[in-house]
Amino acid sequence: MQSVIRTHLESVSSHSCYATELSFINSSTRRRSPPEWIMKTFCSVWLLLSLVELRPALPVSQETPLACRGPADPALQQPETPEEMDTTGDLEPTHYPARRAATVALHYLNTRHGSPYRVFGLQQVHKASAEDVAAGGRKYSLDFSVTTSPSGSAGPALRCSAEVLFPRTEQHTPPDVQLNCEALQQLNSTAEDEAFYQKYITPDSAVSAQYLPDSYGNMSEDMQPFWRLARVAASFIMLRESSENTEFNMAQVASITQQESSEKQLMLDYVVLLHDLPSQEIIQWKLLASWSPDSGVRVLQMEWQPRCPHATKPPN
Amino acid sequence: MKGSVMSVLVVLALVAQDRVACGLEDKSYDYTKYHTMDEISAWMSQMERENPDVASSMIYGRTYENRNITLLKIGFTSATPKKAVWMDCGIHAREWIAPAFCQHFVKEILGSYQTDPKVNMLFKNLDFYITPVLNMDGYIYSWKDNTTRLWRKSRSPGTGNCTCFGTDLNRNFYANWGMVGISRNCCSEIYNGPTPLSETEAQAVTDFLGAHQNQLLCYLTIHSYGQLILVPYGHPNISAPNYNELMEVGLAAANAIKAVHGKSYKVGTSPDVLYANSGSSRDFARLIGIPYSFTFELRDEGDYGFLLPEDQIQPTCEEAYQGAMSIINYIHDKNFRGSAITVTATLWTTLVASWISSANVF
Repeated sequence: MQSVIRTHLESVSSHSCYATELSFINSSTRRRSPPEWIMKTFCSVWLLLSLVELRPALPVSQETPLACRGPADPALQQPETPEEMDTTGDLEPTHYPARRAATVALHYLNTRHGSPYRVFGLQQVHKASAEDVAAGGRKYSLDFSVTTSPSGSAGPALRCSAEVLFPRTEQHTPPDVQLNCEALQQLNSTAEDEAFYQKYITPDSAVSAQYLPDSYGNMSEDMQPFWRLARVAASFIMLRESSENTEFNMAQVASITQQESSEKQLMLDYVVLLHDLPSQEIIQWKLLASWSPDSGVRVLQMEWQPRCPHATKPPN
Repeated sequence: MKGSVMSVLVVLALVAQDRVACGLEDKSYDYTKYHTMDEISAWMSQMERENPDVASSMIYGRTYENRNITLLKIGFTSATPKKAVWMDCGIHAREWIAPAFCQHFVKEILGSYQTDPKVNMLFKNLDFYITPVLNMDGYIYSWKDNTTRLWRKSRSPGTGNCTCFGTDLNRNFYANWGMVGISRNCCSEIYNGPTPLSETEAQAVTDFLGAHQNQLLCYLTIHSYGQLILVPYGHPNISAPNYNELMEVGLAAANAIKAVHGKSYKVGTSPDVLYANSGSSRDFARLIGIPYSFTFELRDEGDYGFLLPEDQIQPTCEEAYQGAMSIINYIHDKNFRGSAITVTATLWTTLVASWISSANVF
């Protein structure tokens, strides 16, 4: 029964919300750890209380920082209501509301089409507009260009259009993205992806590494595809956690450990460090990702890891 | 004309000295690598030793861990106080490209003031006050091991019930302190401190800027990442009186940056292009009347973020140098009349002087 559920969920696991379900399924084989429950209850209570708090016109955050607190409602983490976020109509493409929405579209694009030799990056937002929607939420319409790593600005830029809907709900709901990029259908798995796959799908392959890139921004050429795969896998999490008040990038891969290949998929255990611009927090996630040229990247398990390096002793 | 005659004499003297000294340049310091605090401190002493006529160091405060916060004062000496430009790097520990840029900037101006008439003119009319690493405690901590690399704040311990270390120095200044874009939770990366100027590092900058208020024309603070040039203020409802001019100057700087390696830098207030914030050093500088105050957010836009690869240090510094110079030259030319004429005159007299010196010394 478990394997049937798992297979079904794996087949749709590109949807970020199902990744959460998978993490619950996978963890249900063992007792869910008490601290997780306590944390969730605590967070919910905290959130409810903070909703009741009176706020000045430009509120400042009093919540425990995201790194220590976990994936609670990011909408309350940096409560800001700049004019641009409430105006309907055209947005300035160089301003952050358009850029944050485009970043979310990029996360989505990477979950769908990212690979060891193809990570999409934002080149430029050309046009952007936003409107409130009836169901409660805000929809951004975007016209933008993307580049792909590794070629970067040397390679061709793709023109994309997207609609990004941020639901404004009490509990955080992931944004919804509709995306269309020119020539996306023609993007096949590259020869380098294939070669990479063949090299590491062998039974005795057991790659492992720590801190990619290192403190100096350097990493060996061999490790770069693993780093790019981490960026793609992290995109599932970044997409899920995004709101109008966040802007995520992957700061670093803390560790990578290759697991035994399963069903012709490369299996990689990652610990990734995500950076959120508005709060400046570094948030740590452990995840299990699979990849093959045919199936793309999937995230099978994800687990937020509390990180309070600022603390002299652990919380509680 | 007197000024240009002076510069010609200086050039002649230096040309002579250079031939005698056989061009003893420092070729061993690698500006394309990240350096430890010890290496940077040694380098600062070396810059002072090797350029005694134009460079001196000043200690203007102490960090929480009791280190001397030091700047390099660069420019021709003058009997009367000169107008000045301030640059600080490394308010945030993990932004390693920023101190790298300050070092590059110092190297460039010290290496070109004798031969580049424009830089020579800047040395004549301005003093540069450059702090390569402001948050020394944080910077050193970020070098400790792999787990500390992404440290941002100061290293002062938490007060009261707080079990976490550090205050965000760039939220700690007396500039709309505590109003927006901060956290009152001391474990947060944007904790603005128990009180304004609770941090000795912020106090040191505040004291210096206050003491040199009438001289300072320009305040530049260097950060990463994001490829942005930010103008005051961080509060969405407050506008600097010279906002239009600041935007023009910023946009010109962004164009200068783009011309080097094609990188796009966005220009605007922080609430427009990044996020609202308060208590920043840039805002404080503008509030006390320093007319041109900018934050530079250097490369990249998120691919590597704080961990910018060393092979990008040189191109990043090259483009940022053009951006900074664009701003500094604008300010200089606006404040020193007849400078264009004097530059041309100096250029001609320098050319004549080198002809004379090459004809005579042999």
